[in-house]
Amino acid sequence: MKSLLSLPRRGAAKIVGLAISLLVRFLTAVRADWRGIEPVNKQRVYFANHVSNADMPMIWSCLPPNLRRDVRPVAAADYWLKNKLRAFVGPEVFNCVLVDRRPEARDAHHDPMQNILDALDDGSSLIIFPEGNRNMTDDPLLPFKAGLYNMGKARPDVDLVPTWVSNVTEIMPKGEVIPLPLICTVTFGEPIHVDDGEDKDAFLRRAENALVSLAPKDDRL
Amino acid sequence: MTSTDSEILGLFIGVCGLLIVLTLVGEVLSMRAGDNNPVVETFKTRVRSWWVIVILFTLALIAGKVGLLILTAFASFAALREFMTLTNKRRADHLSLALGFFVVLPLQYLFIGFGWQALFAVFIPVYVFLLLPIVSALRGNSDRFLIRVAETQWALMIAVFCVSHVPALLTLEFDGYPADRGVLLIAFLIMVVQFGDLLDFFFGRRIGKTQIIPGISAKTWEGMICGVVSASIIGGLLAWLTPFSMFGAMAMAALASTVGMFGNLVISAIKNDRGIKDWSHLIPGQGGFVDQLDSVIFAAPIFYHVTYLVWM
Repeated sequence: MKSLLSLPRRGAAKIVGLAISLLVRFLTAVRADWRGIEPVNKQRVYFANHVSNADMPMIWSCLPPNLRRDVRPVAAADYWLKNKLRAFVGPEVFNCVLVDRRPEARDAHHDPMQNILDALDDGSSLIIFPEGNRNMTDDPLLPFKAGLYNMGKARPDVDLVPTWVSNVTEIMPKGEVIPLPLICTVTFGEPIHVDDGEDKDAFLRRAENALVSLAPKDDRL
Repeated sequence: MTSTDSEILGLFIGVCGLLIVLTLVGEVLSMRAGDNNPVVETFKTRVRSWWVIVILFTLALIAGKVGLLILTAFASFAALREFMTLTNKRRADHLSLALGFFVVLPLQYLFIGFGWQALFAVFIPVYVFLLLPIVSALRGNSDRFLIRVAETQWALMIAVFCVSHVPALLTLEFDGYPADRGVLLIAFLIMVVQFGDLLDFFFGRRIGKTQIIPGISAKTWEGMICGVVSASIIGGLLAWLTPFSMFGAMAMAALASTVGMFGNLVISAIKNDRGIKDWSHLIPGQGGFVDQLDSVIFAAPIFYHVTYLVWM
């Protein structure tokens, strides 16, 4: 009975998802550059730079539909549960894995890493932003948090794919309301894995470099 | 069916015949060269893109003024997006750029739709030119200010003002040339410019030796001269579409084709400066809208004004 009632809701989530991807593609003509991998259905963790709330919908929209079906963005619970609309869009349209970022929420009942590993064990691919927060600085990346390392260590078979989203700061600078329709490119690099005996910091530096190396060079002033 | 419609259909059938030949050539080439030959694949993708362009453009011509305005406004939007992606900007320009996309562009096409020539001819070069920098200046960041406002203005001139002069041809009225034939004048402009480009490319490959701007563009003097002469001959053959005399049509075709080819060189210089090969990926095999339209962009305003000054 419960699943019968939720049918229209799931239908609505599908339609909203389609509308979002069409809107994103019409406005920014978002393009995927599969530089290091093929767009095939393989379990992956796409780890990306994060400058704006538009990053996740950009990556999500440029994935082919069969990959999009199995991908779950890892997102902050405090953001996506703030109101009813967000609670519909985040968990139901994007099928987010919600994690609580507050340290005090971490206890025996709620371990954010466990939610993420459960999603991986279900066979889902993930989109994560290992900087933890939106990057408001002029540096290309903030230092990565440990999550990516812990995932790579716990599930060594999963490909960790560096994913660079370009131009989003210009499309939607923080505090602006109207997005500019500029072209956005999402570049997928060669997958990396945690090497045997590699320590956390060395791996995180390597992951950061793999991601930054995908950024297009900018000749502008 | 009006006589204009049947003439559009006649042109369409002629161009389709040509595309069918090119499609067959592509199939024969890929049978000979085997699958996955990159040159042949690019040729086939380009021919496929041409099919789409020809069909869309024909539908717009048949739909008349509104259809053409929608098609060209969309092309402007896509070209402006490609151009603005590469310009220098700061957060202080956000509002002026948003106005460019969502206010200036629709207004320009609206003015053309209403036929307000006194307005659409000066709206972007005068009003927008002066007002958008004010909006940017008020936000208080003067870092590279002149470069920012100059590039924004250039983007709007190229992608909106120039492209909008294609449908603006509909606003011209000639003695003894019914108003509904204006769409045929547009077909004339597009065909002579695009065929001139294709033949420039063909002859440039065959007999081209002297590059015009070595290192920036592959265009050669030999190819360009052959292209312009061919465009002029095609213009003479298509004179029945226009209010021009036979020699007038040849001269106008040569003028549009020459301006268009030099426009292509200007666009190549910009691409070279910004380190890109194509403006985007939106037209398979051809690159972006600016790549596809560069010669039409330069030819349209000049063609419009010379037509206005000489033939009305």
